[in-house]
Amino acid sequence: MISFNQVHKRYPGGYEALKNVSFGIAEGEMVFVTGHSGAGKSTLLKLIAAIERPNSGSVLVNGQNVGALKGGALPYLRRNLGIIFQDHKLLFDRNVFDNVLLPLQICGFDHRESGKRVRAALDKVGLLRREKANPIALSGGEQQRLCIARAIVNRPAILLADEPTGNLDAAYAQEIMAIFNSFHQVGVTLLISTHDESVLQNSAVRRLTLKEGVLQ
Amino acid sequence: MTRAFALHSGVLRAVLRRMFASKLAGFLNILVIGIALSLPAGLYTLLQNAQGLVVQFSDTPQISLFLNMEAKTEDVDQLRKQLAQHPAVAGIEFIARAQALEQLKQSTGLSDLIGGLEQNPLPDAFIVHPKPGGAQALDMLRGELAKLPKVKEAQLDSAWAYKLEALLKFGRLAVLILASLLSLALIAVTFNTIRLQILTQREEIEVAKLIGATDGFIRRPFLYFGAMQGLLGGIMAWLIVTASLLLLNGQLGALAQLYASQFVLHPLSPGDSLSLLLFSVYLGWLGAWLSVARHLSQIEPH
Repeated sequence: MISFNQVHKRYPGGYEALKNVSFGIAEGEMVFVTGHSGAGKSTLLKLIAAIERPNSGSVLVNGQNVGALKGGALPYLRRNLGIIFQDHKLLFDRNVFDNVLLPLQICGFDHRESGKRVRAALDKVGLLRREKANPIALSGGEQQRLCIARAIVNRPAILLADEPTGNLDAAYAQEIMAIFNSFHQVGVTLLISTHDESVLQNSAVRRLTLKEGVLQ
Repeated sequence: MTRAFALHSGVLRAVLRRMFASKLAGFLNILVIGIALSLPAGLYTLLQNAQGLVVQFSDTPQISLFLNMEAKTEDVDQLRKQLAQHPAVAGIEFIARAQALEQLKQSTGLSDLIGGLEQNPLPDAFIVHPKPGGAQALDMLRGELAKLPKVKEAQLDSAWAYKLEALLKFGRLAVLILASLLSLALIAVTFNTIRLQILTQREEIEVAKLIGATDGFIRRPFLYFGAMQGLLGGIMAWLIVTASLLLLNGQLGALAQLYASQFVLHPLSPGDSLSLLLFSVYLGWLGAWLSVARHLSQIEPH
């Protein structure tokens, strides 16, 4: 589903985020990307969504070399991905419902169908009763769950999560991991970056550990 | 089809909501565009009206021949024959001096004054209707008629119409220049409005790009906004022009009555009104398009 082949990423200014990284993730697999901050976890996820492009090597998603995609093809790649951002990237000019609706609007979904899907996604993350609220009124954990709802409303085959439990206390973090587990069970491919040991301890999930841009 | 329609009408509703989210700012923009467009549109309307006058007069040119005071009935008869046989003359009318005086009395209400005159100051006159021809042919005919015996003066009544026509050409050029400049102003206003909108919606645009929005999807509301603002500005311009003409017509009515004339200013024709609206929509859209092309590419998510 996802494969990295000798990927090298250097940022302007000379900082080398990833060095010669190669790995593969099968369909339906759940994988953690771990390492200290600055180890290249975020860069790795950004390369999959073509938010950044590799300097050398290839990133394949669904057999497509995303590093070589033209600008016009990017939207269609990203529609197949659900991305959960570290900083949530919620829009505070609209309510919870409309935040989750946005991906469906972008894909041009039918009005009634999208209403059902939005409520299903909100129900999944336990925010159904907050649909009229402004995201700014939500707690950190709720904002994270809203971000998850927005990422899954499109029913993507691949979910990318960048530090989804970063600023949450242990109870919230467990809640979020439980949600991810339920997606894993229905066959979604998940790639979750985290440095949260409490999350990692009690799960027997495959790990990719990065250290200063090198895969251990 | 219905899905596309629902999509576009959804965008349109969002655009309208955004436009009237800040009522005053939105209204001021529309007012600026309306005033900018109403100047050339208003001048154009005045020119069209003047053009109407020119057409009215230059289509039916007349040459007035005033005879010498001492011309006798025989002279008049002879002149009548000469004129009737002239190849460039379509018809003639004779106005005897007594008749002319009577007309003057009736049409000006100066009968007391005229009654006090010792003798009739008006000469006999012919009104010559020439056969259709250019301005030059008319002028030649006038010269020829002026040289006929017993003719004191030959006046081409439509001469002023030709002068006005030349003046109108000048006016039209001025309107064209003004319209071009103000069109640029309209594009600039829209460009800037859209630039500010893009800046304030930077976050939304970034997020939309991250979750798979095409450039078309992101561009669409801005283009609709530009076109919609143009349309409302055009409607505002139309209202300004129409209201101004109504006001002017009120005053003009009193003025025209003094000159015993029925002259009124006609408003913009339906065709011209439609052109005005389409043009302003196009300019708004163009300004938005330029702005979006310039600013949207600068926003890339990281």
